[in-house]
Amino acid sequence: MIGPGFADPVADSQRCFRAVLEAMSRPGRIHRVPALAEVPAPLHGATAAVLLTLADGDTPVWLDCPAAQDWLRFHCGCPLVAQTAAAFVVATAGMPALAALAQGSEEEPHLAATLLLQVESLQAGQGWRLTGPGIEHAHRLAVAGLPGDFLAQWAANRARFPRGVDIVLCAGDSLACLPRTVRIEEAG
Amino acid sequence: MTEASIEAGYNFGYLDENTKRMIRRALLKAVAVPGYQVPFGSREMPLPYGWGTGGIQVTASIIGADDTLKVIDQGADDTTNAVSIRRFFNRVTGVATTEHTAAATIIQTRHRVPEAKLREGQVLVYQVPMPEPLFRLEPRVAETKRMHALADYGLMHVKLYEDIARHGAATTSYNYPVLVNQRYLMSPSPIPAFDNPKLDRMPALQLFGAGREKRIYAVPPWTEVKSLDFEDHPFQPARADAACVICGARDSYLDELIVDDSGKRHFVCSDTDYCASRPPVQDAAA
Repeated sequence: MIGPGFADPVADSQRCFRAVLEAMSRPGRIHRVPALAEVPAPLHGATAAVLLTLADGDTPVWLDCPAAQDWLRFHCGCPLVAQTAAAFVVATAGMPALAALAQGSEEEPHLAATLLLQVESLQAGQGWRLTGPGIEHAHRLAVAGLPGDFLAQWAANRARFPRGVDIVLCAGDSLACLPRTVRIEEAG
Repeated sequence: MTEASIEAGYNFGYLDENTKRMIRRALLKAVAVPGYQVPFGSREMPLPYGWGTGGIQVTASIIGADDTLKVIDQGADDTTNAVSIRRFFNRVTGVATTEHTAAATIIQTRHRVPEAKLREGQVLVYQVPMPEPLFRLEPRVAETKRMHALADYGLMHVKLYEDIARHGAATTSYNYPVLVNQRYLMSPSPIPAFDNPKLDRMPALQLFGAGREKRIYAVPPWTEVKSLDFEDHPFQPARADAACVICGARDSYLDELIVDDSGKRHFVCSDTDYCASRPPVQDAAA
């Protein structure tokens, strides 16, 4: 049995997109997305809402949870492909190596993957210190449930600019974004 | 807002949901790579290229029922282009429109940046005729793509140098090229060079749409936007040395009007909302 998507697809996907756009424009700020009545396990509400908002037949997707495949295929009609070929990479159980995902090219950096990464929790005002475009002075963001070498992987990802992966961190109905330009420092 | 206020038979915002998704994905990548031109599948719109089809498609993809829209054309809320675009969005979305810069959440603009400082939470959407800043110097798209990839902007510096060597100053008074986040050369759209400093570290999100050229690009909030110049010839925005005859402003960008057969000139604020928000000067002073 496949669960429903947005109750009001036009308005809900617009609200969800504005949340993602704001989050991508102001890295580290946490935004809530419109809640879904029913979320297919093991996806979080935010992950499912972002997929409903952005994925369709033009976007190859990779996801690590077979349980949500039917739901995704039914609602978005997106092809499910290998990790390296995916425009959206959905990770619910552990982060894939950032360097293994599509990075785009120097001439076409927009072809890089967007990683939808589910984490345990997001907390503003503490933890990492984020700087870069979109941030006046610094934003603070604490993320629970990332691999131990995340900051090293992120530094390498950032060094590839203009190539590089953009991350949408999803926890429950909340999300925060890490575009490839953002600089992350350990809490100090 | 009620469903009844939307033009029957059209989706909210005129565009279909597939097109919106495609533009939304392009917008997110544009924000992630500040100043880089993301190609997108520009649609035919119910008005011709050159009338802001890029800006309209961007606005249509981001606008929601609780937004308040302001549209300006060369700073004015009451010119043909601004009025028709505002009316278009009122018909296809039913959203509230305003002429007050501070009251708007989305401001679509043709060739000006409002005088009033923008704040966080606002989005400025530019209509862009030619997104490629290098096109007069290098017409081949494949070549300009490579130049952006290599951040090879020597050609533009040579052009500026030749301007200064021949005329003593950069002769570009609008569409003055900028470097975004110290990486991508970007056309700020044909805004006067006077407006360029406003792009730098602006609290609002800036989105650029070029419909005919099928490109979208963006400047995230608080991002460094630097007009190209040389250490010994710093960037100097030009402004007519006059005061607005209506409000007396000496800090705003002015339009020059010829008011009689003998060539008498008046200067008025190009930003009509800014001008109207200030007390008018007494007749004697004008």
